[in-house]
Amino acid sequence: MSMREISYGRAGMEALVEEMRLDPKTLHLATDAPPDLVEEFGASRVRATPIAENAFTGIAIGAAGSGLRPIVNWSMVTFCFVAMDQIVNQASKIHYMFGGQQTFPIVFRSSVGGGTSLAAQHSQSPYSMFMNLAGLKLILPSTPYDMKGLLKSAIRDNNPVLSFESTRLMGLKGEVPDEDYTVPIGVADVKREGSDVTVIALAWLVHEALAAAEEMDKEGVSVEVVDPRTLFPLDEETMRASVQKTGRVVIADEAGPTAGAAAEIAALLTEDPATFKALAAPPKRVCALQVPIPYSPSMENHVFPDRKRIIAGIREVMAAG
Amino acid sequence: MTASPELQRQMLRQMQTIRRFEERASDDYRNGAIYGVVHCYIGEEAVAVGVCSALDASDQIISNHRGHGHCIAKGADLNRMMAELYGRVDGYCKGKGGSMHIADFAIGMLGANGIVGGGLSIVTGAGLAAQMEGKGGVAVCFFGDGASNAGSFHESLNIAASWKLPMLYVCEHNSWAANTSSKMTHAADNMSDRAAGYGIPSAVVDGNDVMAVYDAAVEAVARARAGEGPTLLECKTYRHRAHTERAGAVDPRPAEEIASWMARDPIPMLVDHLKQQQGQFSDKEFQAMDDEIMTAVEASVAFAEASPFPAPEAALEDVFAD
Repeated sequence: MSMREISYGRAGMEALVEEMRLDPKTLHLATDAPPDLVEEFGASRVRATPIAENAFTGIAIGAAGSGLRPIVNWSMVTFCFVAMDQIVNQASKIHYMFGGQQTFPIVFRSSVGGGTSLAAQHSQSPYSMFMNLAGLKLILPSTPYDMKGLLKSAIRDNNPVLSFESTRLMGLKGEVPDEDYTVPIGVADVKREGSDVTVIALAWLVHEALAAAEEMDKEGVSVEVVDPRTLFPLDEETMRASVQKTGRVVIADEAGPTAGAAAEIAALLTEDPATFKALAAPPKRVCALQVPIPYSPSMENHVFPDRKRIIAGIREVMAAG
Repeated sequence: MTASPELQRQMLRQMQTIRRFEERASDDYRNGAIYGVVHCYIGEEAVAVGVCSALDASDQIISNHRGHGHCIAKGADLNRMMAELYGRVDGYCKGKGGSMHIADFAIGMLGANGIVGGGLSIVTGAGLAAQMEGKGGVAVCFFGDGASNAGSFHESLNIAASWKLPMLYVCEHNSWAANTSSKMTHAADNMSDRAAGYGIPSAVVDGNDVMAVYDAAVEAVARARAGEGPTLLECKTYRHRAHTERAGAVDPRPAEEIASWMARDPIPMLVDHLKQQQGQFSDKEFQAMDDEIMTAVEASVAFAEASPFPAPEAALEDVFAD
């Protein structure tokens, strides 16, 4: 496979362009119509909506139920809260409560995370709220390769898929194949192999975990980094296999710890008898502090986890057993 | 365009079918064969039937929590409806939905909905799909005066107007949002005056006069098919029953208000109209029609009773599509 380097943000756009070429049933709804898409696919398939998230989220559901394959961009995840009725009461349940008589293929994209001094409303990572619902698939890519491959899978999927895309990673460059490819939904990726401790990291923190692993390598600690890539379905087998191998786990998430993805991952690991037996130390969560995200960098940097806190977490589980 | 005598009889048959089906559903709910909650449409039948009579089979509608009438008017199967109310595998939703979630996508019935205002934007998406398909399809939303105060109403009408979507928004103005009078929740007498704010036409009709509803719907549907965009149709009507069929359900509506609307029951109104207009339709003929309808309702109950309950493990199916 021949590869080229593109950004995380560009990888998302490439996925859209390629899939919209493949399937004339796709259409794009967002408060801003991306000029690249309008130029190629026209204003009928690439619609600029009023700033009315509740309505255009519902419109996507109805269009999907009528045979189209809408791709919605809420822009920041913040704005999807305006559409929670349509996400929670309608999109997540509509296939089930009607007895599976119709499919609802929709992709909802949004950016998540902080680190850009946008303060409380625009620095959120609320994916665990959606993990709690049944009926939505959730992807959370950490590299340009995963972004493009997961988004293509999402567009081809016959269910509502929420794509959470890290604000901090938009400019990150990485290798992406020239050829068509997909990354399957529900399959984790071991981003770095190691033998002493597993770091399960989400989105931006995958890169902080990789940096932490390099640091720890100098001290003779071998760190494995696992990226779930998909939060529903969650690939428990890959995570359990890694932790059974290393016997120690740190879980790193840019969201707060309370009832979060990290808590769910810890539960999935520890309630599995084989994984529980393999643990030499209690699992350690490295998450944001449980507060709204503050504006000033001095406080914001204190609230978010980073490679230093991951290293501290690794040291803690190494010392514990 | 006025409904032909043939169509008028067909409309009467549908209206009476809705009434008899719901009378039976209410009885069976009270005796425990139907679970959860049942909201009856009785008294408002002329709206669903008048509008759906103006539609083609391929047009799409969406309903709300008071949805049996819309289903029947669009051509849903009584057997599968009753089986769904009974919670059986042969119900429209295989027993997963019940009264508030009956849908039949094959006939363009996009579902009842338990959230007031929830269907407004979804059906607007069906209108978008119809517009993009370019075959002249129309999408219709049935909602109440209560839903007209929700944000989804304003957002959806604004988008439909801006994009000239082939839509008909039908407000069933029964003056009560559950147990709250519309006098307490909006200032204007005619909800449809709001249409001017979106730059779309509107009409107010007697929602108990099926011919008036039909005529207004025909005009609005023609506009939508011609690519001229949405219409807001306000039908003044009234439900004969309380908000739900739950025993001892609160009903704060004044007795004289209920009585004045009962005196304008849409079914006798249509029967009288048929008798006067044609001089041919008789009480005997209506009785024969009603007997046939009662037989069909009885058959739907027998069908529902014969259908098994879903296996408990079926609860795990249909969360996701393949």
